[in-house]
This record gives sequence, C-alpha cells and structure tokens, in this order.
Amino acid sequence: MTGILLEARDIGKRFGGVQALKDVSLTINSGEIYGLIGPNGAGKTTLFNVFTGLYPRDSGEVQFAGKALDLASPHAVAAAGIARTFQNIRLFANMTALENVMVGRHVRTRAGVFGAILRTRAERTEEAAIRRRADELLHYVGIADRADDLARHLSYGDQRRLEIARALATDPQLLALDEPAAGMNATETGALRDLIEGLRRDGLTVLLIEHDVKLVMGLCDRVAVLDYGEKIAEDVPEAVRANPKVIEAYLGTGAA
Amino acid sequence: MMNMAMREKLGLALIAVALVALPFVLASAGTAWVRITNFAVLFVLLSLGLNIVVGFAGLLDLGYVAFYAVGAYVYALLASPHFGLHLPFWVILPLGAAVACLAGVILGAPTLRLRGDYLAIVTLGFGEIVRIFMNNLSAPVNLTNGPKGISRIDSFQIGPVNFAGSDTFAGLVFSGPIKYYYLLMLVLLAVIVVNRRLQDSRIGRAWVAIREDEIAAKASGINTRNIKLLAFAMGASFGGIAGGMFAAIQGFVSPESFVLNESIMVLAMVVLGGMGNIWGVIAGAMLLSFVPELLRYTVEPAQRALFGKLLVDPEVLRMLVFGAALVLTMRFRPAGLWPETRHRREMNENRA
Repeated sequence: MTGILLEARDIGKRFGGVQALKDVSLTINSGEIYGLIGPNGAGKTTLFNVFTGLYPRDSGEVQFAGKALDLASPHAVAAAGIARTFQNIRLFANMTALENVMVGRHVRTRAGVFGAILRTRAERTEEAAIRRRADELLHYVGIADRADDLARHLSYGDQRRLEIARALATDPQLLALDEPAAGMNATETGALRDLIEGLRRDGLTVLLIEHDVKLVMGLCDRVAVLDYGEKIAEDVPEAVRANPKVIEAYLGTGAA
Repeated sequence: MMNMAMREKLGLALIAVALVALPFVLASAGTAWVRITNFAVLFVLLSLGLNIVVGFAGLLDLGYVAFYAVGAYVYALLASPHFGLHLPFWVILPLGAAVACLAGVILGAPTLRLRGDYLAIVTLGFGEIVRIFMNNLSAPVNLTNGPKGISRIDSFQIGPVNFAGSDTFAGLVFSGPIKYYYLLMLVLLAVIVVNRRLQDSRIGRAWVAIREDEIAAKASGINTRNIKLLAFAMGASFGGIAGGMFAAIQGFVSPESFVLNESIMVLAMVVLGGMGNIWGVIAGAMLLSFVPELLRYTVEPAQRALFGKLLVDPEVLRMLVFGAALVLTMRFRPAGLWPETRHRREMNENRA
C-alpha cells in the first residue's frame, strides 16, 4: 500500500424527502480492492454516481490523488483518473467492441476537427495508437475475437468485460465497478474474479459494489457497509462479517 | 478475377466519368434540368451538413435552414448592389461558413442541455426567428431589405470566367448552370471527404457515442457539451456554404426561401436516406429533389392528355409523395433506404 488514493468526507445527498447519503466518509488506499456492500437501497450506487460526477452532491468533498476532485463534471472525473462501469451495462450498442474501447481513449487523446479533416501526421499517429491500445485492452479482458462485432451482439458476460475494457482505456488509477457480477453464472463470476485480481496485480485500485457476498469477501482488502445512506462499518472482510451492526442491517433486529 | 480494391476503383472511375458527362446529357433535354440538378446538389450539401448533427450526434435539429439562410444572406449582402459591396466569392463563402458556424454556437450553447423533443422545439423556434429577422431587418436601418429580398447578387467569377454567361471551350458550350454544376461537384467532393474523415476520427466516435448513450459517453471522459456544440458548429458551417452557393446561383434571396418546410425537407432527406450513412443521405437528397420535379414534368401533361384539364396540382402531389415516402420508409425500412454500415451489417447477420 502506498497511501491514500481517494478520501471522501461527509458526502450528503438528498432526493426530495429521502436522505440517500448521510455524511458518508471513506478512504480508499492505493492498490487495494475496496468493497462497498449494503442492503438494496442503501445508497451504494448513489455514492458511486456522486463520486463519478453524474449526480450533484449536496455536501461533502472528495480528495483524489492529493487533489480536490471536481465533482461537477463527469468528464473531469474521468480525466482525473476514475473510470466506472454501470450496474445495468451501458455500452454504445451500435458501435463495435473495438470502437467502444476506442471511445474510452478520447480523454487521453487530443486530435480535433482540423486534425481529422486534414488527416495530419499527428492525427494519423494518434489514431493508430488509439487502435493499438484498444486492441490490447480487448486482449487483456479476453474478448479480442469479438472486436468487430457490435457491442449489443456480445453475450452478457462479454458485455461486462467490454465495459471494463472501455473503462480501462481511460487510463484510470481507480476503477469503480458497479455490481459487475450481477446476472452472471458461477463460471462467469469465477472468470470475473480472475480478471479483477489481475487488475490489482497490475497496480490498479478497485472500488467494487457487489451483492455477491462470497465474491466481495474473497476479493476485497477492506469492505465498507452502507445502510440507509450511512456507513455502518469499514474494515477487513472478517471483521465486517462479525460486526453486529452489519448482521442487523442484513437480517434485521434480534438476529444478532 | 478482379479484387475488391480494383473493382472499387473502376466503379468510382465510371461514376466520375458519368458525373462529368451528365450536364451535357441533361442540357440536351433542356437547361432547366441542369438547374434542377444543381439545386438537388445544394440539397445534398445541406443534408450532409444536417447529417452531422442528426445522424452522427443524434441531436434533432428542426431549424437547420437558419444556417442556410445565414450563409445565403452573408453572400447576398457582400456581393450585390444592396450595400454596393462586391467581394469575390472565395472571400465570402468561407466568411459565410464562419458566420453560420457562429450562429450554430449561439444556438447550441444555451440549448444543448435539452434533449430530444425539447431540443427539436427550440431549434424549430430558432429557425423561425432567423427567418423573421430577415423579414423585418429593413427598418430603421435597411439591412436585409425585408420581404422584398436582395436581388442582382453577383455570380461567381473565377479569373476571366463569369458563371452567369456562356463560354465555348473545345467546341462545347458551357452555360452558366453547367459551370455551377462542376463547381458544386467539387464542393460536394470536398464535403464528402470532410464528412468521411470526421466520421472515422476521435471526434466522430465521440459524436456517435453521445448518440448511443450520453451518460456512458460522459463517464468515458467525453465533454459532451463541447462535442455536441462542435457538431452544431460543423453542421452549421456546411449549411452556410450551401447557402452562399444558393445565393450566387439563384441571384436572389428572400426570407421566403428559408421557411420551416425547407428544414423539414432536409430532415426528411436525411431520414429517408439513412441517418448516419453519407451515401444514404446523398441518395435520399437526390431522390426527394428529383421525384417532385419529375412529377411536375409528367403529371401535368398526363392529366391534360387524359382529362383535357388540370385536376391535381403537381405541388399538391409533391407533399403527398413526401408523406407517403416517409410513411413507407418508416414502415418497411426504419433505418432508412441505405442505412449506416453498422445497421446493414446487422441485417446481414440476422439473415445468415
């Protein structure tokens, strides 16, 4: 571990009368896999959307890699080095797998309208580099043979992988995965687990929302638990599993 | 066996020869047909511009004709006796494109937070505002000459060759419309090249990404506001160039040429041809430009021959044909007559 990568302080978010997030603070260390769990409606995805700039927050600050994160614009968040996937996969359905990943390179490349119209040498070099990197990433997540297929024709598991490849194309420091195992069978989940572990080996920090408790407990270095918009625990998996508050949140009062 | 690349080259060469010979063939049927073709090409230019906004970026723009109008008026004001200015076309055309581009940014900046239907309504309003401005900016300072329009606009002049008159070269008579035809073909070629290059570039991918899923595009690091603005600006510039050429060819502009119907017509061309596919859009524009003219030349004589009098005005039939063409396309080929390659590949896969 090489210190703190992301530090969120007192994040608050209200939807009308519902306090979706209540002063949530958490820190994610560089190089760890950080799990975020909680019952349905606990605010996990809301927190995710605040971190990635898709929802405006009501209060709180996020420090990322030592700098305050501009939470008002999602593209600035991506530029700062946070990439994400979505719970209900959001690919560019009518683009090929390769093109999807190429779009992910947008934030790290520069060519503008004039470069494109004049096909300048710089533009062509950059375009070739984008294609090469996208191809590498498709190999990395293991769907290189589907490169020229439309995203919407990929199998469910492959779509999940493609979304991860697209996120990786933005050269993130933190990869945020929103329920990546949702709807996967045991084999696919196993393969996903290998992929995430590979990401950690390659030095990436991962924030993982997941319902599959076995996957979370097996993969994560630390786990935070949200319940009704509040963080009720943050610790190593074994400690979280034994935490009475967590058991109560999941199973109800009296179960502990 | 010829390989694909050679076959493609041969095909393109044949098309090029046909396009070079075309005006002379048309001229033998009457110069009017050359003019009709020129206006059809203008509509192709407009459709290709709108295709960037609607086809690539997926932003429904119902006021596109405003940019056409801006380009036309820039040309008219700077090359007519109205202000006594007579700048050469190679100064005015880029200027018209730039002014139209600016108009695109002015329209885009405040409205691009809107989506779908709402954006369509605002752009529709913008188109009307521009037309009404043109109509009313004759007092207190006579800027646009109001509904009377601006006439006696200079035609193009390249060296000693003026596009208004006829020249004889190598035994062939090059009438004004024929010269404009060749110029339009050159502009069209440039616009097609620009369109294709934009389409497979970083910016083009960003446009399509926004069309496909704006939230995912944002999360992937695309500054959607700027990229959408860019689509508006690029589309508007093409409209401005087409407008300038229109003013020169027609020699006269008035607000009447830039009514909502024109916007809808261009949109119909894009949709009918196949949103997002350059060749489809060209086909759509050609089809919707020529069919009404063919009707004009066949329906009236046919009626007179059959009934001895005119029962249905060809103008009325034109709208009927438009409506029917759109309804039938939406019913049987919802992605357009010649859809984007991705969609076509899709259909082939389904068939296999």
